[in-house]
Amino acid sequence: MADKKIFGVTALFNNPDAIISAARKVADSGFTKWDVNSPYPLHGIDKAMKMKPSTLGFVTLVFGLTGVAVALFFMWWTMSVDYPMVIGGKPYFSLPAFIPVTFEVTVIMATVSSVVAMFAFFFGLPRNAHALHDTEYLKKVSRDHFGIIIESDDPKFDERSTQELLKSLNPISTEIIYYPEKERYPIFEPRFLVFLFGVAVVVSIGTYLMLNKLMYIQPFNWMDEQQKIIPQSKSEFFSDERGMRLPVEGTVARGFIPYPFAGDKEPKEVLSNPYFPTKENLELGQRKFLTYCSPCHGNYADGDSRLQGQFPNPPTLHSDRARNFPDGMIYHIITNGQNIMPSYASQVTREERWAIVHYIRVLQRAKNASESDVKFAKSE
Amino acid sequence: MDVDYSVEAPVVRGRLSLSEIEELVAKPLDSKPDKKFFVALSISGSALLIGAIGLFFTFYYGIGTWGNNQPVAWGFGITNFVFWVGIGHAGTLISAILFLLRQKWRTGIARFAEAMTIFAVMCAGIFPIIHTGRPWLAGYLTPYPNQHGLWINFTSPLIWDVFAVSVYFTVSLVFWYTGLIPDFATLRDRTTSKIKKSVYSIFSLGWRYSSRHWLHYEKAYVILAGFATPLVLSVHTIVSFDFAVAILPGWHSTIFPPYFVAGAIFSGFAMVVTVLVFVRKIFDLQNIITLDHLEKMNKVILATGLMVGYSYATEFFFAWYSGVQFEQFVFINRAFGPYAWAYWTMVSCNVLFPQFFWFKKIRRSIPAMMVIVILVNVGMWFERFVIVVTSLHRDFLPSSWGMFTPTLVDGGILLGSFGLFFTLVILFTKALPVVSIAEIKAVSDGAQPTHHGANHG
Ligand code: HEC
Repeated sequence: MADKKIFGVTALFNNPDAIISAARKVADSGFTKWDVNSPYPLHGIDKAMKMKPSTLGFVTLVFGLTGVAVALFFMWWTMSVDYPMVIGGKPYFSLPAFIPVTFEVTVIMATVSSVVAMFAFFFGLPRNAHALHDTEYLKKVSRDHFGIIIESDDPKFDERSTQELLKSLNPISTEIIYYPEKERYPIFEPRFLVFLFGVAVVVSIGTYLMLNKLMYIQPFNWMDEQQKIIPQSKSEFFSDERGMRLPVEGTVARGFIPYPFAGDKEPKEVLSNPYFPTKENLELGQRKFLTYCSPCHGNYADGDSRLQGQFPNPPTLHSDRARNFPDGMIYHIITNGQNIMPSYASQVTREERWAIVHYIRVLQRAKNASESDVKFAKSE
Repeated sequence: MDVDYSVEAPVVRGRLSLSEIEELVAKPLDSKPDKKFFVALSISGSALLIGAIGLFFTFYYGIGTWGNNQPVAWGFGITNFVFWVGIGHAGTLISAILFLLRQKWRTGIARFAEAMTIFAVMCAGIFPIIHTGRPWLAGYLTPYPNQHGLWINFTSPLIWDVFAVSVYFTVSLVFWYTGLIPDFATLRDRTTSKIKKSVYSIFSLGWRYSSRHWLHYEKAYVILAGFATPLVLSVHTIVSFDFAVAILPGWHSTIFPPYFVAGAIFSGFAMVVTVLVFVRKIFDLQNIITLDHLEKMNKVILATGLMVGYSYATEFFFAWYSGVQFEQFVFINRAFGPYAWAYWTMVSCNVLFPQFFWFKKIRRSIPAMMVIVILVNVGMWFERFVIVVTSLHRDFLPSSWGMFTPTLVDGGILLGSFGLFFTLVILFTKALPVVSIAEIKAVSDGAQPTHHGANHG
């Protein structure tokens, strides 16, 4: 017995009045590391033990307010900043419509955090390896007894005198509790490890099958297969077996305006630019030029192709010839193509073509700026 | 039969000692399940199986196997959802609101009612998910960053619903589990089986009945009850918003939130009484779930039944007073149209029959209350049916009127939800203490220190 380490001394009582007065006496003797165990909360034990009121409410308050803030901020950010959308004519930040979710988030944050904080941080649970577990003492207090335990960690603890004190309180019994000799729930027990391994294997196989197989069989196939004909699929219905149909002869695309000089190699006459070189148009022109023209003509239309000789280098657009083209001629070249430069009519809309023309004019002016242009730019 | 209402009835009858209480509650957990248990389980399990088959048809062939159509796009799915969420409300009311009101009699029934809440919300949660036809896409209901850059619509009542019901479920579960922890510890300390002991140890988290813990624990209980109370009111309010925020006549009404909450408590209490009558008989808990408790619940049923009846009348008044032709038509159509049978079933079950509870004799008679509470359950299901179907089937345009006829699959899934509920209830009675051991001990006679002992110091 001597080599066992003492955890504490206990005394058992069998009536609530006795435990209250006993607790009061122990508290008066100045112990700090002691406790009363009872099968249910006893009224008045907090006063008898001189315990301070619970501070759990602060956790609730802090997390509850965090819930309010997080919910409102998140909804504001998603609905009015990240992806603003008008729904039902409501403003982007529509407080009344945000109240329900805010309330629910507040409740879940406040309650779950309080409970987790209490068990994990206030009590240090789960803890099944406490010295009190599996003792006769705990079994009795779990049923219908009330017990006091004074722990050996207490500075005033002394095996003999503490026991004397408890005996003087008229308990039905007292008992010394020792620390258990060996750990009760060793984590590295082979059986437990095998169990963990088994769980890991089952979970991995399950997840694999679920994500890679189950999700793609009927009916979970994400509507991958549908009873309709998609462009590349074979048609049983049409005689040419093509799923994709050709438009009827003479079909005109929406918004189509015929170009009078289509196919003309050396036009005698060209259109004039119907758009003004506004900031929007120039920006549009820049975007489209960089996308469609710059691979061959270079970012500044110098003819320095990025295609590295895989395609004949186009001429610079800063030549006198190109600078003297009327706007309509450049438009004509984009629409029709010229020699080996293909037509861009199908990629670039009418409006965009004119915007590109304006932008080319800007590049040409900038590359061939006069003294007065520089002065003007500086004064701006 | 002579009851003196001027003195509070003892919560625990028969002057049981603390350990007798424990034995009584823990007995079903220690004994092997008997024949009755298996008979009950096979009945509820069969119902559950029928529901599972219904779900199989729904998913494999699609939602077309249901009776839903245009204009009645909501049909049984939403009717059942609202019905089950409502059932759940009684549990929280008993465990949280009555706790805050310091009604000691709640102790005997709180655990059970909370369990029923959780099971009912589970039944309810199934319906909104399956009524979309492709439940595996339900993950889209959560706000998560995705490749579409799209978020959920936080201004939609349907999203509020997702939040309300899932928060409600989580908080109920946490509340329930918190209450169970000391009981798990009690079970851990009394069992002799090694496996049971390990399981109980894990779930008890190593609870030690320390008074220093009880102090915070009681505080946490108050906090949880304090939050669960507005929560439970918010849940059915939000469920009613699913309807009230729409512009459909018959739905678009400001009375819906209180009307739904009253109805929820009404139906929930009816369900709790239905189940408890059996439970107290089967497990010999007549001393803990006493006739007084049942009578009190019947009084609540009577009171909420009157509120529900008042709401029905108010709805009619609103329709008439609004002067809106469509509103008026909807209500006349409810009472005298093709679904009049459903309407009058609802009115008689919810408003007329509960009036019998004015009589003490009937309030305290088990067979009589059994009949009435079952009728209330039926009536409350029909209330939701009336709200969903009669409002939808004839709205503004007569050219788009239609009728709703449920299919076998519809019925099977409804039956299956009852199967799920009762299967869970039956398993619960055998797996966990149906009454909170610690709480009932605390309110039994002589369990607390006398005033003399407690107030000094
Ligand atoms: C595939 C490479 C390529 C792209 C892309 C391209 N071009 Fe050209 N471009 C050429 C070539 C090559 C020539 C010289 C054709 C010739 O030999 O007459 C040319 C000629 C021109 C000319 C006439 C120059 C002159 O002096 O005759 C203009 C103007 C012109 N391109 C404008 C554009 C515009 C505007 C775009 C954007 C819509 C564009 N190009 C896109 C290859 C390209």
